Amino acid sequence: MPASTPPAEREGLLAAQYENMLRCIRCGLCLSVCPTYQQTFDESESPRGRIAMTRALVEGHLDFSADLWEHQASCLLCEACTAICPSGVRMEDIGVAVRASLRPELRPSPLASALRRLVFDGLFADMANLRRAAGLARLLRSSGLATVAERTGLLNRLGLSRLQALLPAMRAGFVIPKGQRWPPHGVLRRRVALFAGCAMSTAFSGVTQATLRALVANGCLVIAPKGQGCCGALHLHEGELDGARELARRNVEAFRAPDIDAIVVNAAGCGAALKHYGRLLADDARYARRAADFAAKVKDVHELLVSDGLRPPGRLDVRVTYQEPCHLAHAQGIREAPRSILRAIPGLRLIEMDEPTMCCGSAGIYNVTHPQMADELLRRKVASVLATGAEIVASANPGCMLQLEAGLRASGARVAVKHVIELLDEAYRVGDPAEA
Amino acid sequence: MLRPSVVAELAKIVGGQHVHSGPAELIAYSFDGTFQQRVPDLAVSPGSTDEVAAILRIADRDGVPVIARGAGTNLAGATIPVSGGIVLGLARMNRIREIDMANMVAVVEPGVITAQLQAAVERHGLFYPPDPASMNQCTIGGNVACNSGGPRCLKYGVTKDYVLGLTVVLANGEVLRLGGKLFKNVTGYQLAQLLVGSEGTLGVIVDIVLRLRPLPRVQSTAAAIFARLEDAARTVPAIVSAGILPVALELMDGTTISVVEDYLGAGLPREAEAMLILEQDGSEPSLVARDVAQMAEICRAHGACEVRAATEPVERDRLWRARRAVAAALGRRTPNRLSEDVAVPPAQLPAMIRRVREIGAEHKLLIPVFGHAGDGNLHPNVLFDAREPDVLSRVEAAAAAILQAALDLGGTLSGEHGIGTLKREFLAADLGSTAVSLMREIKRSFDPKGLLNPHKVFPEASEPGVGFLAGLPSLAMLE
Repeated sequence: MPASTPPAEREGLLAAQYENMLRCIRCGLCLSVCPTYQQTFDESESPRGRIAMTRALVEGHLDFSADLWEHQASCLLCEACTAICPSGVRMEDIGVAVRASLRPELRPSPLASALRRLVFDGLFADMANLRRAAGLARLLRSSGLATVAERTGLLNRLGLSRLQALLPAMRAGFVIPKGQRWPPHGVLRRRVALFAGCAMSTAFSGVTQATLRALVANGCLVIAPKGQGCCGALHLHEGELDGARELARRNVEAFRAPDIDAIVVNAAGCGAALKHYGRLLADDARYARRAADFAAKVKDVHELLVSDGLRPPGRLDVRVTYQEPCHLAHAQGIREAPRSILRAIPGLRLIEMDEPTMCCGSAGIYNVTHPQMADELLRRKVASVLATGAEIVASANPGCMLQLEAGLRASGARVAVKHVIELLDEAYRVGDPAEA
Repeated sequence: MLRPSVVAELAKIVGGQHVHSGPAELIAYSFDGTFQQRVPDLAVSPGSTDEVAAILRIADRDGVPVIARGAGTNLAGATIPVSGGIVLGLARMNRIREIDMANMVAVVEPGVITAQLQAAVERHGLFYPPDPASMNQCTIGGNVACNSGGPRCLKYGVTKDYVLGLTVVLANGEVLRLGGKLFKNVTGYQLAQLLVGSEGTLGVIVDIVLRLRPLPRVQSTAAAIFARLEDAARTVPAIVSAGILPVALELMDGTTISVVEDYLGAGLPREAEAMLILEQDGSEPSLVARDVAQMAEICRAHGACEVRAATEPVERDRLWRARRAVAAALGRRTPNRLSEDVAVPPAQLPAMIRRVREIGAEHKLLIPVFGHAGDGNLHPNVLFDAREPDVLSRVEAAAAAILQAALDLGGTLSGEHGIGTLKREFLAADLGSTAVSLMREIKRSFDPKGLLNPHKVFPEASEPGVGFLAGLPSLAMLE
């Protein structure tokens, strides 16, 4: 897979975003919701500032410089700005175009390049490899070897201690899509295909199994098509457009069965990426139409369950607060559905936190590439969580959940992190639910 | 260009991470709410009064211009670093230092966002009325420097009416405290009042004492729809002379309504030529309701085809969201616009609106009108696409004609946006040469070297044959 784009194509990528950039009227509304601006109060860390820089680049008033890259790469791509922009600027599109165009200017070391190719082409582009890596990580975790490595400082010396902090305890078996079918409980309401994802099918397979149970309990026939893989969000956000498109094509192929009503996804980041496949493959003559059809069928699990009417769950007496994943709230505009599900659980008290849509700092691999800002945002988020007095913080994205777990553990707080659907599943399994 | 040793000195004062010197960073500090742009030599974000004073001392020593900046949303070019220099970003200084209930004042740093101050004092049952449309983004410091207004100013007064005291850093770095928690003060010339609206040309404001009011308990809102803009215009002086002082009397003309509807789909009446938003607030619901009812009747008597009461809070929110969305909505209609801010005696509103329509027709330009009809402060916006050949000279002619029309009606160039770079050339035509001369003397007293926000407010010798628009700062001019 080619790792760099020819110069002319690069300029084309940015030029294609010019009209998008021109929409900015510099009103400054985005500053009030931009996490990096709110942490620094520096205009070069604001969406408005980043647009000005990129526009100057396209107009020829600015050349590539280290600070240009620094301020563009520090953007979380959380889309809070896009969500609030009154003029219709789409920041993620600009950010992706910038990364795709400018990354070749960075001239990374051969080792760094090799590592990138390993992660992007070797790991995320190949589910078999990803499962092997996840299996290894699980083994290290469960065998206690990981803890030993951490305690002896070995991980620190390898530069991996941050990664270790971000690994979840993985107890459930992986969900490996092989074309399985799960029949619904009771009357068939929908035929849906499960997007199993990479993190959600391995590290968070417990959540995916809960998702399966919840879908089945709500009258869904669930199919897990084989041949699917990573959604490509990581590639996209890093400007690896070729890789992202290849993954998109693979998924479009895997989900081509005509008789499914919806493609269900339980990870916010993936859902946002999948819903944009139509745009990603718009210039692909063979796939453009199919990608658009695919994207139109993608449904986040919360929006699907709520739109069909939720089967009443059993009682859970818990105090819960809800962390809104950026790619659910901002990128997909889904804010009410997860809350509806939580509120539908008898005994569950939903306590709203301050700034529920402020990014937690996970942002894909941002917490690995930009640890300082990620930590600042995490501290801010943990403070918001703890101020609610909730015993559980619910979210809907693996990255957020890992980030929250790491932050809460570091703060010593006894607050559990769960996916909204995990709570729903628990409520279904509790006792006799109310009359369906 | 600043010498590296000076940049290092500044880094020592504010911390390296708060000095912005990279080429891309300078672009981030080069713009404001207009189409103007110029790259500064440096941008710094101080965190305290001491840091600001130290920075100004260095600037004074080395003769470097200093341009104070809040959220950079001003609409007249006031924060554009026209001749380079140091942009002083005050956004980090954003603490509400005190809400003093016994004295009914708030003490704030300049970077506090206006809406955040309002929310904070409202939690205490207090009220800070000035509500510029950009209040969710703009800063108090900026409001003070521009003497900002907003719809509520009709009843409650503008920013200047709320500034009881200021701390200002002068051009030589000296820190001066003016006024205080004092409702009455005639001790000497009121320098704090002079600074309000001085657009960063007399000093850098680093602390503000604002008076607060008790929060009105109720408000009632209605929208009056007119088939003719003329009728809406005539209704305004009729309401004012009926002895009603509403908290808001806002006008949106047909073009404005249609542009906002395209953008928001809020259910505004597209067929109307004008809409008035009427609002009254107070502590006594029956009195508030009576005022709104009386205004509604006056509207109907002047030809309103419909008056809709916003009985639910969500309806009221929808109306105000539409009104505050005008700037963004206009931005979607054409890539460029020139926002005017003329203020005329309220009784002249119909004549002013008539002139704007004539000017639009004459120069073949779309000029929507909206604004604070109740106090005679209108915002005609000249919409255009700068890429269109020969459009700039037409826009300039239209803008000049609008300003002249306001002056002819006994009005003034700017009600709340300020002069900045945009209206410099017309200053003498409005104020007369004596007043401008006195102002220049005052400027020289405060800033003998002319380092504080140069090229603003006062007219400069212009190049013959270069229209005032084409002469405004932009990046393209540097090539």
